[in-house]
Amino acid sequence: MNLFKRYFAGRSEAQEEMLGWPEGDENSRTLFWRRFKRHKLAVAGLVVIGILTLCAIFAPFITAYKPTTVTDSFGAAPSLQHWLGTDQVGRDQLSRLIYAARVSLAVGLGSIVISAVIGTVLGLISGYFGGWIDSIIMRLTDIFMSFPYIMLILVVASIVGPGLTNIILILGVLGWPGVARLVRGNVLSAKENDYVKAGRVLGFSSGRIIFSHILPNVVAPILVYATSGVAGAILDEAALSFLGLGVQPPTPSWGNMLASAQSLTVLTSQPWLWVPPGLMIILIVLSINFVGDALRDALDPKNNK
Amino acid sequence: MHNPKDPAVPLQPLLALENLKKYYPVRKGIINHTVDHVKAVDGVDLTIYPGETLGLVGESGSGKSTIAKLIVGLETPTEGRILFDGQDISRLSPREMIGLRSELQIVFQDPYSSLNPRKRVGDLLAEPLKVHRIMPAKDISREVDRLLELVGLPKNSRGRYPHEFSGGQRQRVGIARALSLKPRLVVCDEPVSALDVSIQAQILNLLKELQRELGLTYLFIAHGLGAVKYVSDRIAVMYSGKIVETGKVDEIFREPKHEYTRTLLDASPIADPRQRNKRRAFHSH
Amino acid sequence: MFKYVIRRLLIAIPVLLGVTVINFIIMKMAPGNPVDMLISPQTPAAALEAKRIELGLDAPAYVQYWSWFTHLLRGDLGYSMVTYEPVGRMIFDRLGPTLLLMGTSLIIGVAIAIPLGILSARRQYSKLDYAAVTGSFLGISIPNFFLGLGLIYVFSLWLKILPSSGMSTLGGNGGFVDILLHLIMPVIVLTANVAGRNIRYVRSSMLEILEQDYLRTARAKGLKETLVINRHAVRNALIPIVTVLGMEIPILFGGAVVIEQIFSWPGIGQLTMSSIMSRDYSTIMGLNLLAAVIVILANLLTDIAYALVDPRIKYSK
Repeated sequence: MNLFKRYFAGRSEAQEEMLGWPEGDENSRTLFWRRFKRHKLAVAGLVVIGILTLCAIFAPFITAYKPTTVTDSFGAAPSLQHWLGTDQVGRDQLSRLIYAARVSLAVGLGSIVISAVIGTVLGLISGYFGGWIDSIIMRLTDIFMSFPYIMLILVVASIVGPGLTNIILILGVLGWPGVARLVRGNVLSAKENDYVKAGRVLGFSSGRIIFSHILPNVVAPILVYATSGVAGAILDEAALSFLGLGVQPPTPSWGNMLASAQSLTVLTSQPWLWVPPGLMIILIVLSINFVGDALRDALDPKNNK
Repeated sequence: MHNPKDPAVPLQPLLALENLKKYYPVRKGIINHTVDHVKAVDGVDLTIYPGETLGLVGESGSGKSTIAKLIVGLETPTEGRILFDGQDISRLSPREMIGLRSELQIVFQDPYSSLNPRKRVGDLLAEPLKVHRIMPAKDISREVDRLLELVGLPKNSRGRYPHEFSGGQRQRVGIARALSLKPRLVVCDEPVSALDVSIQAQILNLLKELQRELGLTYLFIAHGLGAVKYVSDRIAVMYSGKIVETGKVDEIFREPKHEYTRTLLDASPIADPRQRNKRRAFHSH
Repeated sequence: MFKYVIRRLLIAIPVLLGVTVINFIIMKMAPGNPVDMLISPQTPAAALEAKRIELGLDAPAYVQYWSWFTHLLRGDLGYSMVTYEPVGRMIFDRLGPTLLLMGTSLIIGVAIAIPLGILSARRQYSKLDYAAVTGSFLGISIPNFFLGLGLIYVFSLWLKILPSSGMSTLGGNGGFVDILLHLIMPVIVLTANVAGRNIRYVRSSMLEILEQDYLRTARAKGLKETLVINRHAVRNALIPIVTVLGMEIPILFGGAVVIEQIFSWPGIGQLTMSSIMSRDYSTIMGLNLLAAVIVILANLLTDIAYALVDPRIKYSK
């Protein structure tokens, strides 16, 4: 009892040391940047992505030709007029290369937004409510994940037909199971937190608890996943277009520009037609993957350096 | 039972648990059939009177936390009734429960897990007020200040995030949040066992002060007798899902009837030398 | 353990059923129907209708599904709409080359990824580590088909030392060396993928283990560093890797589609592509089903392997 009496004396204001608030929110943001910046390649990747995005947005202002304009030379080697030569139809290769960045970025971002939204909502519901809702949603993801991804995409693409919008929709609608599983797993651990239980005791609706309390706490893994998802979607679009089931000429896409290399003449004697688009795909996908890796590292709560 | 404050007036209990049971199924085998039950709470009767603090003591796994969850509606009982102010609240739908939310609140054990790390303290305290539309929006800010003052936190706490606070300060935020809806009964689920010993006393004092000022009723859960003894009027001892003994604090300490209570008494340090002597005397009999 | 396997198999049943339902829905969604394919345009409308009834295409969808499903249970995948061959036989003939391609790539890829990942983790921040990690990033960032084209350009067209297509030389004897030469380039492409995905995974798994206390204890006990690494770290680091291998199977399947197309490898992937191009939906469905069965089996085997390697896991619940 004497132990307590010591504290009885004054009014029980918070007598604990109040000095030095550890870290404000601005600080945690600078902390994030500091960790991110340690990855030199990721910073470089961010710059590359930025430049490519600007090129894609301002494509009409920086290209000398329209991507569909047929010029006077056919399959010509690089020259002063056509820095990267022209294709067999006579279109300027550099202009097409720049315009194609639009396709890749649109597919990458568009499809991942769709699958992230579907996957996040299903994952949140599945993880939060559990029970039979969870079983149904998880069996559904099992089913979707049992199809080899590319095969399913090819089949659906052959049914709904090719085209940019369709590709975005297909990749988006078929890409959610991974997100759903990831979100569900994170929700399962997040909902064990007492703040979620406190929300229920305080009479908050399930919707408020899920979207206002749980979701902000599972955003980091979704962001990391989505980053690698963008890279994956860009590769998938390229493969689909390469196989002739994706974006159709005359709309330029790096994938369908590479498809021309399936002809032996192009492959052997016109490397300017297929090497640049291939390198562009590697450049953007590599940049995004570097950024994704740095994000994973910088957002890791275990990492406090 | 009579009013603990004034023995002459018989009193209606604020909360009464009647034959409360909570069984968790144990599933096994290929088709997941239920083979057995874990009887977390196995036929508990308990009454809490307005204005008193009932200490509920038991080791971990004894079912005391399950009782807390049952009372505040985080779990549904397998059997039995939970009467709040005479009304059975054990099987209310979430919608029916909303009105009662303000009456029954809980303070959690772990102040690190009980505050959403992504929300500022001010928002944490304002949210229940907004959701239940307790007051016009313009008054909410002042109410948040009042709540912070009530639990002894500086006003500038409202713009800060939980991770900027120490464990004890966080627990004050948790208490302020529980009080934001002006509850009559607060379930304190081991509110100090995650804190440093020196800070435990501050939080216990705060709880006692708040009880005096606001006329609160507490169900105070703990695994040892130390803190419970300090804050409680009566004590209930729980052992493997059942209440084995109930009584006033000094009765329990003077004449523990159940063997398990005696074990608990032996385990808890006694700060008061007179008490210690008494216990020695008791044991030497 | 036995119970666990049974349970997993039982869970796989609804998943497989779901796969067949989705398969069927895709088949129904597909433009055109088999009758249009089977009969020439001159056939009178009445005959067409008779054929439709004969094939059961006038029945409600669930009846059609049931008929398709019962055939499936008897191992009958139907007939190709293009070549009229039994789908089961077509797939069976193509299975060997694909399994050869996938199996070789998987084994080599893992054989590269595990030692490189472990070395990379042990010498974190060394030149080797940077090289391995960068290589691993390249492996996942280079499109399969671009790498394939590049290899053909260098080895077949320029150096002229490797055959660029098929599984054996036309008119050749199809001997071991011949197949091996044809196998090199497609395997390099798929291996780059497998290794790329797994080097970083092995590395981070190993790094995590190296941080843990029991390794320090082992060192403190005076055990030799190599012994510590071999006996304690590697075994534990490999446990999570087992699960990742299961996930490689569907990815490899997808990769095979593109790679077999480029190298004209006579496997499942090429069959998939050609049936998609000719809208041969009955063959596509057969292929999808086969792929799904393989994926589910691979997942099951992975989980069993996981249980066997990791003594902590008990599947009793």
